Amino acid sequence: MKALIIGCGRVGSTIALQLLHEDWDVTVVDENEDALSRLGINWPGSFLVGHGMDADLLREAGIEEADAVVVATDGDNTNIVIGQVAQKRFGVQCVVVRILDPARADFYAARGLRTVCPTKTAIDTLGEAVRACEIPGVAKAAV
Amino acid sequence: MYVVVAGGGKVGANVARSLLRLGNEVTLIEQRRDHFERLEDEFEHQVQRGDATELYVLERAGITRPPDILLALTGDDEDNMVIAQIAKEKYGVPKVIARVNDPRNQAHFDLLGISPTICATSGIMALVEHEVPEHDLIHLLELRRENLEIVEVQIDRDSPVAGKRVESLTLPEGSRLISVMRDGKAEIAVGSTSLEAGDQILAILEPGKEDELRRVLLKR
Repeated sequence: MKALIIGCGRVGSTIALQLLHEDWDVTVVDENEDALSRLGINWPGSFLVGHGMDADLLREAGIEEADAVVVATDGDNTNIVIGQVAQKRFGVQCVVVRILDPARADFYAARGLRTVCPTKTAIDTLGEAVRACEIPGVAKAAV
Repeated sequence: MYVVVAGGGKVGANVARSLLRLGNEVTLIEQRRDHFERLEDEFEHQVQRGDATELYVLERAGITRPPDILLALTGDDEDNMVIAQIAKEKYGVPKVIARVNDPRNQAHFDLLGISPTICATSGIMALVEHEVPEHDLIHLLELRRENLEIVEVQIDRDSPVAGKRVESLTLPEGSRLISVMRDGKAEIAVGSTSLEAGDQILAILEPGKEDELRRVLLKR
């Protein structure tokens, strides 16, 4: 199976490595050449330097044959647009988009984009963690 | 009318000022602190600071009323696309105009159904084409919603249609001649209109038919 990862930061690079270990054929795109170093010294997959908004670059990266596209650049709006281009223009079935802003993540999820919002996850996890604290002298709140 | 202008750079600020002069109610949104502070001196309460792709910023600017029109004029195409989508589809703003900064992104705006758009670069390029005479087919107007465009073609002496009547031409499907300009006078092109070298013809056609039309009119 072929995966295309747009944005090779902490998130994109780790997913790229994970999918590679699960025997996916992985191509990574990032604006910055230096991002390749996040994939380790022996990255066997493809790596293209360029902007994910560039349709020619996406084609070169094999988006037309991709089974899955993960969009995880550091810009919410960039991710939103690239995600929709992958879905609507190139007809990729599995498009996963990272959106940090919960409000925009909800709006685009309702419009059929598979959005992942780490901020929401962080809020939930932090809330659970703080509620799970044992505070001396205070009875633990019923959850 | 009530207008929300997203983006207070040169374009957004000038548009906001012009709209205010015409007696409209305007809210301008600008994210960058230094720009905002300069704008605040001029626009006072009519400018708000924030990221216009954040829903709460748009709501603070009165997007729920909703405005009669929203203008997405930031210097960032992704932002303009998202602002336009949210305004239209979440808040039901009846009219949205978006600025295209990089003409290579035009296809993305079209894909997302954002129309009308305005692109300074494309406008300048169209003017260049119009002003530089060796270009034999000039794009005058793109009718994006209709998926049609209007072009101008100069008939020269070598043209195979010089001396022929319009009704005798085999024009490409999806194209039609509109008018013929000769000696500074324009006439609507009808079947009996005959073409001469030196005529400037306006034609309407589906985008992508330019080469076929060029072949019929100019044999190139």
